[in-house]
Amino acid sequence: MNRLSWFNAVSLTLGFAFLYIPMVILIIFSFNESKLVTVWAGFSTKWYGELIRNQAFLDAAWVTLRVAVFSSTLATILGTMAAYVLVRGGRFLGRTLFSGMIYAPLVMPEVITGLSLLLLFIGVGLDRGVFTVVLAHTTFSMCYVSVVVSSRLITFDRSLEEAALDLGCSPAQAFRLVTLPIIAPAVISGWLLAFTLSLDDLVIASFTTGPSATTLPIKIFSAVRLGVSPEINALSTLMIALVTVGVITASLVTKRAMVRQKQEEQAAARAA
Amino acid sequence: MRRFVLIAIPYLWLLALFLVPFFIVLKISLSDAAIARPPYIPQFDWAEGIWAFVRELDFENFIFLTEDALYWKAYLSSVKIALISTALTLLVGYPIAYGMARAPEEWRPTLMMLVILPFWTSFLIRVYAWMGILSNEGYLNQFLMWTGIISEPLIILNTPAAVYIGIVYTYLPFMILPIYAALDRLDGSLIEAAEDLGCSRAQAFWLVTIPLSRPGIIAGCFLVMIPVIGEFVIPSLLGGSGTLMIGKVLWEEFFSNRDWPVASAVAVVLLLILVIPIVLFQRNQQKQAEAEQ
Repeated sequence: MNRLSWFNAVSLTLGFAFLYIPMVILIIFSFNESKLVTVWAGFSTKWYGELIRNQAFLDAAWVTLRVAVFSSTLATILGTMAAYVLVRGGRFLGRTLFSGMIYAPLVMPEVITGLSLLLLFIGVGLDRGVFTVVLAHTTFSMCYVSVVVSSRLITFDRSLEEAALDLGCSPAQAFRLVTLPIIAPAVISGWLLAFTLSLDDLVIASFTTGPSATTLPIKIFSAVRLGVSPEINALSTLMIALVTVGVITASLVTKRAMVRQKQEEQAAARAA
Repeated sequence: MRRFVLIAIPYLWLLALFLVPFFIVLKISLSDAAIARPPYIPQFDWAEGIWAFVRELDFENFIFLTEDALYWKAYLSSVKIALISTALTLLVGYPIAYGMARAPEEWRPTLMMLVILPFWTSFLIRVYAWMGILSNEGYLNQFLMWTGIISEPLIILNTPAAVYIGIVYTYLPFMILPIYAALDRLDGSLIEAAEDLGCSRAQAFWLVTIPLSRPGIIAGCFLVMIPVIGEFVIPSLLGGSGTLMIGKVLWEEFFSNRDWPVASAVAVVLLLILVIPIVLFQRNQQKQAEAEQ
């Protein structure tokens, strides 16, 4: 297409500079020797060492990881079921309420979700800890999963499922052998989304957790309230690196899967 | 039977963990502050039925909200901050989305990825990054004083200005992506036609590009405004004590004052305020989906 006009080039440069400079500064100053985060005093990796020796952060990271793995897996199962029901389930009693409950958590302020879940847990007498945070995270992230998966299900050629059923598959077999492989990229990106949402969540976790289970965002939040610290910079850098590697890998994998799928489709079309 | 199970499991999950909790919030917001003070275990005597519930109704907490200026000021200021920051995000985001849509085809996937990447990075970390930049001895002030533009450090952190910067920064991808999607679909020959028919470039932009990207603009604005009204992290880290936002008030009511009934009443009113934009947004999305079919 056409080359970039100078106006577009300037707005893209400024825009991406705005998006990335704060994170670049954060990363650079995580390697700062000085405890004063705003004054550069030479290169050092000592804050990473401090971080690894900080038991409270390690404990919080372990809690966060467990919560994220359990809640994103549960959310993927429930969210895929919900998407399937919404797209393929036809009419059933209370369908409007169901789709409302799928979309509402996406726009609900976190303070309200957190408060309401906490009051529920107290009402039924559940002890607060890892388990209640998993329940809370599953509930809001299953809605994101279901939105991602249902957008894939809508564009999906239904005659493939029907062909499998005609050829003698049971509905469960048709789902496992035909539907699931086709929607798999959406299911995987739904899982990744649920996982990062859980890793990231401060507000809902603060409401629904107990003293036994402090997650990493809660720990970070209580530390940064007191101001900027080099240790938090080091921790942030590690998290940014992890996410960057994860997102790039995921996008390469889905790109390759899409290319392969296209090739297979073309081969099938030629054979037919 | 199998279909029934498939529907029932996610349905019951959402009923139990999404809908029921709202009724609990509603009930506690209507209950007496004195008995409801923690460690309080709410008495849910469903057996007594709806009548007991109605008999116990107590609007004391809501009346309290109207009497104390703090609350309605916080609601107003949240809405004001949300409106202004949505407009600012649009002003910053539109040129970026426009530049992306006009960029060479082979760049676009990379540019998309660059917009999405911050979205996957921890929200908390992205807000935190600005604390070091905006503080009195922060990087921005160091830079400005080094260039000689200012001689005294600017006070930005813990003012509303810092909150606006934080919101624009963290919510920018939500604005860029829908606008980019709308601009990407836009048929370039329409703009050429407008220019052939005598429009200047600026006129073609105002008369063709902007109206055709309106669905993206509307979606982006709602996606920014709705969550910002209830925002907690940004005002509490960047706003200082001077910035009043309702999400922060709710948090403090709950964690510091430990007044659960008032916190619940604050949540109920916040939800009532949010219903308007949420319904408008839903309608807009539906209209969009119908137009595409």
